[in-house]
Amino acid sequence: MNEFAAQHPILAVALPKIVVLLFVLLTSLAYLTWFERKVVAHIQARWGPYRVGPHGLLQPLADGLKFLFKEDPTPAGADKFAYFLAPFLALALAITSIAVIPFGPKEFTIFGQSTPLAITNLNIGLLILFAITSMGVYGVALAGWSSNSKYPLMGGLRSSAQMVSYELALTMSVVGVILMAGTFNLSEIVMSQQGFHWGFLPRWNLIGAPMPQVLGFLLFFTAAVAETNRAPFDLAEAESELVAGFHTEYASFKFAMFFMAEYSSMITVSCLATILFFGGWLSPFPQTGLWAWTRFIPSAAFALAGLALIVHGVRYLTLFGRIVLPALGLVLCALGLLFSRPGVPDFIQGPFWFLLKIAIFLFVYVWVRGTLPRFRYDQLMSFGWKVLLPLSILNVVITSLAIVWTQR
Amino acid sequence: MTLQIAVFLILAAVAVAGAVSLILQRHPIHSALSLIVVMVALAGLYLLQGAEFIAAVQIIVYSGAIMVLFVFVIMLLNAGEEERTNLSRMARFVGVPLGVVFLLEVAYWIARATSHMAQASTQAVSTRDLSTLLFREYVFPFELTSFLILIALLGALVLARREDSD
Repeated sequence: MNEFAAQHPILAVALPKIVVLLFVLLTSLAYLTWFERKVVAHIQARWGPYRVGPHGLLQPLADGLKFLFKEDPTPAGADKFAYFLAPFLALALAITSIAVIPFGPKEFTIFGQSTPLAITNLNIGLLILFAITSMGVYGVALAGWSSNSKYPLMGGLRSSAQMVSYELALTMSVVGVILMAGTFNLSEIVMSQQGFHWGFLPRWNLIGAPMPQVLGFLLFFTAAVAETNRAPFDLAEAESELVAGFHTEYASFKFAMFFMAEYSSMITVSCLATILFFGGWLSPFPQTGLWAWTRFIPSAAFALAGLALIVHGVRYLTLFGRIVLPALGLVLCALGLLFSRPGVPDFIQGPFWFLLKIAIFLFVYVWVRGTLPRFRYDQLMSFGWKVLLPLSILNVVITSLAIVWTQR
Repeated sequence: MTLQIAVFLILAAVAVAGAVSLILQRHPIHSALSLIVVMVALAGLYLLQGAEFIAAVQIIVYSGAIMVLFVFVIMLLNAGEEERTNLSRMARFVGVPLGVVFLLEVAYWIARATSHMAQASTQAVSTRDLSTLLFREYVFPFELTSFLILIALLGALVLARREDSD
């Protein structure tokens, strides 16, 4: 097997990684819908999905099945080719971008081949991400145009104009980080954020030297929310004005593909924000001396979550829940124990902190959607061009000045 | 090396097919989509040459910005299918032979020039080297070009807004 792997690194190493990541990504997409519905529901003092499985945990499965079995009509007079192409393009581009995201520092070994904890580690990872993002407009634009219907066309036009405008601010806002790191490689950008101020405050780019990128981060996240067409910038699918915007005429699994593309780009943006401004997989605590115990935070977190789930689960309403929830809790406890075994804590640090940071960003995404009202279209455009873009250019100028100043 | 040649052939075939389809399609949106295919295939060819930065910029600028604008304008004007007139039918009889002649000429000169091109370095150029060249050695032409683009942009803006001032 090792020989085979050495001869065919693509088949033996890259393919399994792609399959595993795709499986994890698609599952987390499904549960992201559940997460969003739950969080928005609790913000609005409701319960959210509760009927399908304990706490609605099987709701994504039910939704997926429903999408699969729905009728899939094509509107009369639609441009068939573009109508079919649009959802595939949207989903394929959104999923591809996850390929350059590094999930951890350690190289691991499959069949004797050492490989990084990412599908690929490119020198121009960040540029590739932006290239893929810039192509994402086509899915929306083509969907709107090809449906041969007024509301989708309006929605498609709106969102392509919006995405093109905010892409500028999005790209400019990360230039500060690139200047500080001196590379487009995402792994190296994370590595450049190692170390601590005064021994405890992490030197992440958000608060890094020589120029803290707080402004850069705020600009990046605002532009990214707009770029992914999420509330409060979801003008493309403003229900009160445009029915459902560009995907009004889409039903069945084609609609689901747009949905998955949107959530997938949310995950990508969260990954990117984590990598660029929040130290990627780096732990927020020093690993040595007084802080050595923080290596066991992942296992403690898993074990405590598992215990809480068991305690809560045995008193759940339904019998099914009383079986499933404690079982899930047991699994989490077992994982927690596994993570505390010698050798494992070091490996699990990277992915744990990375996923935790992503989860926090996803929560912020949903939080923003649940609390902020939608922009008006002219406000959106003038905000992008007259506020975000000048500020991001200002950020570039200040950061480069700070770098030149400190290098003297 | 064989894998590289295979990838090159695939990308080249895609690029040529996209270019042919760009001309043959009757609907402007389909033509624009074909052009995007050409752009992406060209980016792949650059990547094959080891020019990562150029490849990424090709996609960002051409497929991601310029073509989006094309598609946007076509959508906004709601342009319909191209009409065939007598003149456009006649153009076929003149245009196709002319195109073939032009293609042969280009192929001839490229075939003659390959001996020079083989000497060109095939080494991968890193983004760092490229930016050093661009911002040290060629900084004046580079800035001049961007200035020119800025002037063109302002000019377009002034021309487009002229009616407002009246």
